[in-house]
Amino acid sequence: MAVVHNLAAARGVPPAPVATLRGVTRVYDGERRVEALGPIDLDLAEGEFFAVVGPSGCGKSTLLDVLSGLSRPTSGSITFEGRPVEGEVPDGVGVVFQEDASFAWLTVRDNVAFGLRRAGVDAAEIARRVDYAVGFMGLADFAAAYPAQLSGGMRQRVCIARTLVMRPRLILLDEPFGALDQQTRLLMGDELLRLWRETGATVLLITHALDEAAMLSDRVGVMSARPGRFIDLVETGWPRDRDSRIVSESRFGALTGRLWSNLREESLRAMGSKGAAA
Amino acid sequence: MTRNRAIVLARIGVVAGAVVLVEVLCRLGVINPLTLVAPSRMVFDLAGILASGDINRDIAYTATTIATALVLSVVLGIVLGVAVHALPRVRRALDPLLASYYSVPSFIFYPLFVAIFGLNTFPLIVLGMAFAVPAMMMSTMAGLDRIPRVLLKTARVHRLNRWETATRIVLPSATPYLFTGLKLAIAYAFIGVIAGEFIMASAGLGHSIAFAYEGFDNHTMYALMLFVLVVVTVMNMSLHAWEGRLMRRRIRA
Amino acid sequence: MSAALSADVRPARKPREGAFDGVIILVVVLALWQGVHLYAGESAIASPLATLTFLAEFLRTPVFWGHFGATMAAFGYAVAISSVLGVVLGLVLGVRRFAGDVAEPILAGLYSIPKVTLYPMILLIFGLGMSAKVAFGVIHGVVPIVLFTMNAVKNVSPVLLRTARAMRLSQPETIRTVLAPAVLPEMITGLRVGFSLTLLGVLIGEMFASQRGLGFLIVNGINLHNVRMTTGMIVAVIAFALIANGLLLSLDRRFGRTPGGGSRAA
Ligand SMILES: Nc1ncnc2c1ncn2[C@@H]1O[C@H](COP(=O)(O)OP(=O)(O)OP(=O)(O)O)[C@@H](O)[C@H]1O
Ligand SMILES: [Mg+2]
Repeated sequence: MAVVHNLAAARGVPPAPVATLRGVTRVYDGERRVEALGPIDLDLAEGEFFAVVGPSGCGKSTLLDVLSGLSRPTSGSITFEGRPVEGEVPDGVGVVFQEDASFAWLTVRDNVAFGLRRAGVDAAEIARRVDYAVGFMGLADFAAAYPAQLSGGMRQRVCIARTLVMRPRLILLDEPFGALDQQTRLLMGDELLRLWRETGATVLLITHALDEAAMLSDRVGVMSARPGRFIDLVETGWPRDRDSRIVSESRFGALTGRLWSNLREESLRAMGSKGAAA
Repeated sequence: MTRNRAIVLARIGVVAGAVVLVEVLCRLGVINPLTLVAPSRMVFDLAGILASGDINRDIAYTATTIATALVLSVVLGIVLGVAVHALPRVRRALDPLLASYYSVPSFIFYPLFVAIFGLNTFPLIVLGMAFAVPAMMMSTMAGLDRIPRVLLKTARVHRLNRWETATRIVLPSATPYLFTGLKLAIAYAFIGVIAGEFIMASAGLGHSIAFAYEGFDNHTMYALMLFVLVVVTVMNMSLHAWEGRLMRRRIRA
Repeated sequence: MSAALSADVRPARKPREGAFDGVIILVVVLALWQGVHLYAGESAIASPLATLTFLAEFLRTPVFWGHFGATMAAFGYAVAISSVLGVVLGLVLGVRRFAGDVAEPILAGLYSIPKVTLYPMILLIFGLGMSAKVAFGVIHGVVPIVLFTMNAVKNVSPVLLRTARAMRLSQPETIRTVLAPAVLPEMITGLRVGFSLTLLGVLIGEMFASQRGLGFLIVNGINLHNVRMTTGMIVAVIAFALIANGLLLSLDRRFGRTPGGGSRAA
């Protein structure tokens, strides 16, 4: 079933991809050569919500690094909004990392305002946007606190807010809800969906939770064990106007089941190769 | 809270008790006055010496020497630390040298410094630096090593230039380590300079203490020793408090 | 997880490269030495060659070994006393939390005061000679050993002890299989630091007021304008300190928590 994403799609013209990856691989050349990723071919359509799932260590974070321009692919090419991405993060790309990246020496408020202050946005506008983002992330009571006084999940939300206030057109999230309990996760997922709808941004979400991938995204990319390639691309077919209540739909179970049947073998392989290496 | 109170009280009790014990033993004559002067007497003598102003020149001399050595050490230590950190090949070559640096008592070079520079303040400054620079340098490198990679990535996502990355990310992340380096540098600058003045010098507090010792002038000697120890302890405590204020918000309660 | 683990892996240095670096460093040091000699002159510092020739001869005389023996004896006693005293005090203060918390800032304060200042007092108490040197070595070396040992004991995770209880280990078994392995690494690091500081204390003692020992020879060389003696004895002390430290470092690497030694552990 077709989902209407935007006007171009409604007129039958496929929207131009926001980001493209062609034959992208990444090899870590250290003491031990690690083929971490690829080859990967992928088009992210404008306004799409794309989720990536895959066994641990398959190269998901590596994919995020090369797509954002933080590291150069070993081979292949990447574009963002038609321009090549080469070793530098393009304007308009926001990244939330898997690790805690909050600045310990700044308050929650100053953390969130960090990028805006640099961009020279005027003070009133900064205050407005920061207040909104802090409230949105449920951090209003802790605006003046330092990250050390927050839980891991709250710190991750600080990082999400710090990225969102910049209004990126492409948002890359690496297991942003990893440190949250299941209930908060679902609610944060709803918030993320709302934000995605309101801003029209393109989202790439890396997650290890299959249900999260199935519930939030338009399309799920299932990755193989290292070196990670896409072994399946699953269209979820949800309407744009959705929320966590779709978990009760029968198709949700079928989707999650399909993801797992794809992943089970890869996960076993990933664990096996790890066991052999240890 | 009450436990912390008890700890502080007990600590004050231990220190005060030790002082009182020495005082009593001295007063009772158990401790020979030729060996140790009663603490109260030390304070009294020190007040007299400070009031007379006899020692001011030496205090100024030592203070200037230590301050010069300290400032030079901190600057040089940070610069060297940053430079070596940026050159992994040099770093690997220097690592074993740095690891054993403090096992060599740097004082032994002091007579050479004196022979090279003459008996003035210069060899003292060099000795203080020989003690303090490597500590500052190693702390700087440790701080740079431990900056979480994800913060450097965040800097790139925010498209910070090198200068902004250095001042907004690297410096604040490394601050705790720089503080450790500063504390060590202060302690080492004191040790180096005063020890140098002790062994061979023509002025300064260390020299005055040695001079009093050789002249059997126990009262001056102990008063000056007390002075040095009090100054160092007060400095350490204020530095500790400053660090605590600066770092409190960064440590999980 | 895997990324977190691999993040800290630096390629191990190849042994060839290490030897090469060693040679380079030696050459640089010798060149610097020669340079300082040329700049400052014969009366300030002897050249490397002159020093080595002098050492080759002086090391064959009983005079050297007499002084060397004096230093070693003082150092040996001081190390033995600081180690035993430091470890015992450290263990007690580590187990008795309250006493440990009371003592820690006092010890930290003692650690950072310039203890050289106290030397005249030590001399007045112990008189000129061996015991003053030993005492001075001990007051330098004992504090870091106490501090490291105490923190090692304090940092033993309560979960480990609970695990030991859950496995119904007896007390000796707990000490042998859980406590000792948890405490030993940091203790060894403390001993290494204490060892260096003890040597420093003994040598300052000899340089300030003594008639025997390598420290005395260094200062005496300057007073008698025997620059070769001073330079040679400095080299001898450095060689001794580096060899001793090398042995302790290898012990530390074997059992301790100083992974590669080096500056990252400092
Ligand atoms: N800097 C690096 N140097 C060498 N190897 C690396 C580096 N970063 C990652 N790797 C390796 O590349 C592979 C992919 O790592 P990556 O972090 O992309 O996996 P991931 O899918 O994000 O795993 P996880 O689900 O645990 O976050 C792993 O085998 C990892 O060990
Ligand atoms: Mg990852």
